[in-house]
Amino acid sequence: MTAKPESLVCISGAAQSEVGRPSRRTALQLTADACLAALSDAGLAPEDIDGIATYPGKSPLGGGIAPVSPSEVQAVLGIENPRWVLASGEGFSHMAPIFNAINAIACGMARHVIVFRSVAQASARMASRESTLMSGGQTTRVEGNNAWTVPFNALSPINTFALYAQAYFDKYGATSKQLGAIAVNNRANAAHNPNAIYRKPLSLDDYLAARVISSPLRLFDCDSHIDGSTAIVLSHADAAKDLARPPIRIEAVGMAISGLWVGKFEGDFTRLDADRAGEMLWSRTDLRPRDVDCAQIYDGFSIHVWLWLEALGLVPRGEACRFTEGGARIALDGELPLNTGGGQLSAGRFHGYGHIHEATVQLWGRGGGRQVKDARTCLVSNGGYGYGAMLLRRD
Amino acid sequence: MPRDLAAGPRQLPGLEPETAFYWTSGADGVLRIQCCEACGHWQHPPFPRCAKCASEDVAPRPVSGKGRIASYTVNHEKWLPGLEVPFVFAAVELAEQAELYVFTNILAPVESVTRGMAVEVRFERHEDVWLPMFVPESAAP
Ligand SMILES: [Zn+2]
Repeated sequence: MTAKPESLVCISGAAQSEVGRPSRRTALQLTADACLAALSDAGLAPEDIDGIATYPGKSPLGGGIAPVSPSEVQAVLGIENPRWVLASGEGFSHMAPIFNAINAIACGMARHVIVFRSVAQASARMASRESTLMSGGQTTRVEGNNAWTVPFNALSPINTFALYAQAYFDKYGATSKQLGAIAVNNRANAAHNPNAIYRKPLSLDDYLAARVISSPLRLFDCDSHIDGSTAIVLSHADAAKDLARPPIRIEAVGMAISGLWVGKFEGDFTRLDADRAGEMLWSRTDLRPRDVDCAQIYDGFSIHVWLWLEALGLVPRGEACRFTEGGARIALDGELPLNTGGGQLSAGRFHGYGHIHEATVQLWGRGGGRQVKDARTCLVSNGGYGYGAMLLRRD
Repeated sequence: MPRDLAAGPRQLPGLEPETAFYWTSGADGVLRIQCCEACGHWQHPPFPRCAKCASEDVAPRPVSGKGRIASYTVNHEKWLPGLEVPFVFAAVELAEQAELYVFTNILAPVESVTRGMAVEVRFERHEDVWLPMFVPESAAP
């Protein structure tokens, strides 16, 4: 059998820019900050980079969701010979650029690829509060995928994912207290993350006292728009001996896209097509869910965490609500430390790239007060409309 | 024409080639969903071919307009000036086929709405668009 491509590739560096609400630096400045720091982390220079990838590519939609293109990164970093480039937002599968970079490296198209995710949604919101709504603040008629929801005043993704939360609550008897444990856990971890945007302690009472945005989801069930950039360097495993850091191995990957983004829904609103990403991931490794030392699970909204925990087989179907209840099992010293850097709820909306960065923090032992003792494996998952997961480990 | 309670700054859908039938179907008081003439599969949103059998012989066909609330949420956030809250956003599973969902607002007191509630369509006209809203079945005339 051919070696799986992810076994030929490692994470060799990772970094984040400052994260602001808003930042005084431009999106391109922040992107250059993150990319140069990630290269330095790997012991590489811009001339070593021969591939550039990003999610989702520069968007004409504005709103700060995708303000930087690979071409701009090539220019600002002075990367002279990029032989491979990818910008993919398709299916909102945030990890697609990483999976494609893995393939490019495994088949010899590139040796060192920089993958970045930059956002300027905080600045965009300062200019126009409506800029981050599904309608983009437009007053003309809505076309395409958003036409199925926006005319019914479902102006935020929260309205769609609240349907999942309500269905899950009803089917499994879940409660707001159980869901709130995620926000409380993430905030406790964020206190130890200097780059997290929200670090003030949050109690379950605070959570329950906050206003309902779209029932049953409340204010602290929502992630927050930020300005910032995260960069990851992927390298061929052969290069590991030349790198500054011990390589982080990519044990297995899984992905799936779904009809959600085109308005085509299946199932009973208590599971996502993330299930297929989980099945794919576990089909590519001999490790099992019990071997996971910590997990960075997508939390665009807190309900995503329950759906992903079950999709990844970390928790039996319908039991994620009881698993997170009280927070002990997902705390830093619990059986499955979860979103150790604060997740998107407390560290900001990097569309999953913050989760990937935090996985490297844990596996390189850089967590300081939030370090999970002896973390050797970390499962990371991304996405609400499209789905990606990686099982990472150190040697 | 009377303005509905939750109208506010409602942004209407464009009448695109593949979707215009859905937004104008209510002109004669009947909801239509795309159906495959070859295998009888209903699908929404409409697509150029049937996802079950790949037939291109797909066309709008009248449905009962009845269904049940598969899930719902009460939106409290005033996303835009003038948006009247709270209101119910819901996925309604149409009676014609399992997991045949449409998104809509439920025009009923928010505290009365439950999952599984039987509902039926009630069109709300805005300009050249008939938005398919839903009301509790018992409340329909
Ligand atoms: Zn068919």
